[in-house]
Amino acid sequence: MPAVTETIDTVQSVTEGTYKWGFETDIEMEFAPKGLSEDIVRFISKKKNEPEWLLAWRLKAFAMWQKMEEPRWPAVTYPPIDYQDAYYYAAPVQKVKPKSLDEVDPELLRTYAKLGIPLKEQAILAGVEGAGESPADSGRMPIAVDAVFDSVSVATTFKARLEQEGIIFCAISEAVQTHPELVRQYLGTVVPQGDNFYAALNSAVFTDGSFVYIPKGVRCPMELSTYFRINAKSTGQFERTLIIAEEGSTVSYLEGCTAPMRDENQLHAAVVELVALDDATIKYSTVQNWYPGDAEGRGGIYNFVTKRAHCRGKRSKVSWTQVETGSAITWKYPSCVLLGDDSVGEFYSVAITNNRQQADTGTKMIHVGKRTTSTIVSKGISAGRGQNTYRGLVRVAPTASSARNFTQCDSLLIGDQCGAHTVPYIENRCMTAKVEHEATTSRIAEDQLFYCRQRGLSEEDAVGLIVNGFCREVLKELPMEFAVEAQKLLQISLEGSVG
Amino acid sequence: MPRRSETAAPDKGMVMLKIEGLTAEVEGKQILKGIDLEVPAGEIHAIMGPNGSGKSTLSYVLSGREGYEITGGAVTFNGVDLLAMEPEERAAAGLFLAFQYPVELPGVGNALFLRTALNAVRKARGEPELDAMQFLKVARERLKALHISEDMLKRGVNVGFSGGEKKRNEVLQMALLAPKLAILDETDSGLDIDALKIVSEGVNALRAPGFSALVITHYQRLLDYIVPDKVHVLMGGRIVQTGGPELAKQLEESGYASVQAAA
Repeated sequence: MPAVTETIDTVQSVTEGTYKWGFETDIEMEFAPKGLSEDIVRFISKKKNEPEWLLAWRLKAFAMWQKMEEPRWPAVTYPPIDYQDAYYYAAPVQKVKPKSLDEVDPELLRTYAKLGIPLKEQAILAGVEGAGESPADSGRMPIAVDAVFDSVSVATTFKARLEQEGIIFCAISEAVQTHPELVRQYLGTVVPQGDNFYAALNSAVFTDGSFVYIPKGVRCPMELSTYFRINAKSTGQFERTLIIAEEGSTVSYLEGCTAPMRDENQLHAAVVELVALDDATIKYSTVQNWYPGDAEGRGGIYNFVTKRAHCRGKRSKVSWTQVETGSAITWKYPSCVLLGDDSVGEFYSVAITNNRQQADTGTKMIHVGKRTTSTIVSKGISAGRGQNTYRGLVRVAPTASSARNFTQCDSLLIGDQCGAHTVPYIENRCMTAKVEHEATTSRIAEDQLFYCRQRGLSEEDAVGLIVNGFCREVLKELPMEFAVEAQKLLQISLEGSVG
Repeated sequence: MPRRSETAAPDKGMVMLKIEGLTAEVEGKQILKGIDLEVPAGEIHAIMGPNGSGKSTLSYVLSGREGYEITGGAVTFNGVDLLAMEPEERAAAGLFLAFQYPVELPGVGNALFLRTALNAVRKARGEPELDAMQFLKVARERLKALHISEDMLKRGVNVGFSGGEKKRNEVLQMALLAPKLAILDETDSGLDIDALKIVSEGVNALRAPGFSALVITHYQRLLDYIVPDKVHVLMGGRIVQTGGPELAKQLEESGYASVQAAA
C-alpha cells in the first residue's frame, strides 16, 4: 500500500515529465573500431583473453549471422539498421581489474548512485570485504549486484558471502577464465548461435553479462541482480547471461536497465539462457527501462532480446516476470521449454507503450514432459500513439500427456490513437492436454476517472491507480523492492497520456 | 464568539450552496433551464422529480463531470465559485457525490482506494496524511458504526458488489471523507429495506450544523428515513415547487402529474 502513495509522490515530483535516467557519464572509454567484421570478433575475443574454443564458437555464429536476415514478422516498423555504423566494443578504461569497489572509477560509482541502485549503499560498499554482508546488518534482504557498463561488468558485490555457499555470481567474461568447463558445457545449449538473427549477432560479439551457478541443494540467500547501462554513443550492448540451477537449488534474479537520452537509436541485443535441473527453481525478474525515445519518436533503444529457459529437470520451475516500460522498440519473448516431467513455466508481463513506442512481446511455452504446466499472464497498456502486440506460442508435444496451460491476455487502451493486438498461437498435439486462453481489451473509462476525481484524486493519480490495479496480478510476482520501482515507472511512463 | 475562518464549517443557517439561474446542456440539448436553489448549512434538502427532469444532470454539473456544458448562471459553495473548480478541488472543498451507479475499479483494493482518496482530500486541506495503520483504525470505526463487514475493505472497488453493497460502500466513503455537502443521487434506487436503513443511518449520523445534503430521489420512501428540511420538485429542468416534508407525501399520493398541472 505505501507503494502507491509513493507512486503518486514520484509523479508529483517529476514535473518535467522526462526520462530522468537520461544523463551521460563522462568517462574515458576504449572503443573497438566502428563496424562489424571477423576482425572485430577476433578483437573482442582477444580483448577478453578467451580460449580458442570460444573464439571458434563466436566465428561460427558470425558466419551464420552473415547469411541471416532480420525478422520481418514482428508488428513493428523502423528504418533499416546499418550494422556497420556502430561500435561493438566500448569499455571504461581500467589499468587493472578492480578487486573491490574502492578501486572502481568513482565516476562510475556515481553513475550507479544516480540510478539509485544498491551499489551506492555504504553497507554494500563496505561489504565487498565483509562488513554489511550479513542480512541482519542492513536490516533487510541484501541484493548482490553485478553492474554492466556498456560492454563490461564493472563490479559485483557480495561475492565472498555467495562463495561460502558455493554460488558463482560473476561477469561471464570472468567465468570463462575461472570456470571454463561450466561455461563450455552450457553456453548456447538453450539459445544456439543460429537461433535467430539477433541471437547470432549476440553470439558473435557479446562482450559481457552475468554468470550464475547455484550448486545442488543450495537456496541462494539473497536476490542476485544485474544492472545494465548503455552509456557510450553509437554503441550496441550485447550482453549474455547464463544461469544454471543445479538439482534442488533456488535462485531469484533481477535485471534492470537504463540508457542516456540520445536522438539516435541504439541497439541492444541480449541473450539470456536459463537451465533448471531436477527440483530447481529460477525466478527471473526484469524491469526494463531503456530510453524510449522522445514524444515524436526520435531516439530510443531498439531492444531485440532472446530469453529462454530449459526446465530440464523433473519438477523444475522457471518464472519470468517482466515490466517493460522503456525502449523505442521491444522484441522479446522470454520462453520456457518444459522438458522435465512435472516442470512448470510461468510468464507474467506488463508492457507499456506510450508516445511512439512499439512493443511486440510475449512468450513461448513448449510442453514436452508429462504433466507440465504453464501460466501466462500478459498485461499490455497502450497510450499516445503506442502500439502493443502480445505474441505468444503454446505448443504441446505428443509426449506431454496431461499438460496444462492457462493464458490470460489483457489490453488497456488510453486515448484513441494507440493500438493493442493479441496474436496467440496454440499448437496442441496431445489429446490429454488442456489449454485455456482468455483475452480482454478495455479502455480507461471516463466514468472511472471521474469517480476517482470526485473522491479527490488528480487525473494522473487516478490513471496511476487504475493502471496499477490492472497490472496487479503481475506486479505482485515481483520482489518487493522491484515492485515499488515498477509502480513508479508505470506512472512516469504514462505521464501526459491523459488530458 | 470569534469569527470563523473560511475553511471552517459555516454556522447553521448560513448559505452553503447557492444556485442562481443555472442552465446547462448535454450534447447540445438543454437540460437545466434555470435552477434557483439555496441550501443553508445544517439542512437537508430533497430534490424529487420524474425521470428525465434533470436530477442526475444537476448532480453531475455540481460535481464537475465532463460533457455537461454550463450555458448560464452561477453556483457558489460557501461563497466560492464552484463551477470554476476541478472535480478533485470540489472534493477537497468538501463536496461529495454518492453515485447512482458506483463505478468498478478492477484490481484496485477498496482499502487502498479509500485511503488514497482520504489522503488526497486531507492533503488538500492541509491535514496530515494517514498511514496504513492509522487509516485502518479510522476505517474500522466507521465500518462498525455503519454495520458493514470489514471484508468490504479487502475487495476490489465495487467489483462483484451487489447493488446494496455498492451503495453501502458509497456511504462508507462519505463517512470517511466527512464532506460538508453530500449529494445523494438516487441512492435509494435498487435498495432493499435493510440497505435503505443503513444508508439512511449513515446520512443521519452526519447531521450537524456544518453538514448539508442534497438528496435526489424518485420516491418518497427514502424520505421516511432521512427527513428533509425542504423538498423541491424538479420538472423540465426547473424547480417548480418547494415545500416541507409533507410535499413529498403529497406527491406520493397524487403523483407528479398534479404538480405539472398546477405549474
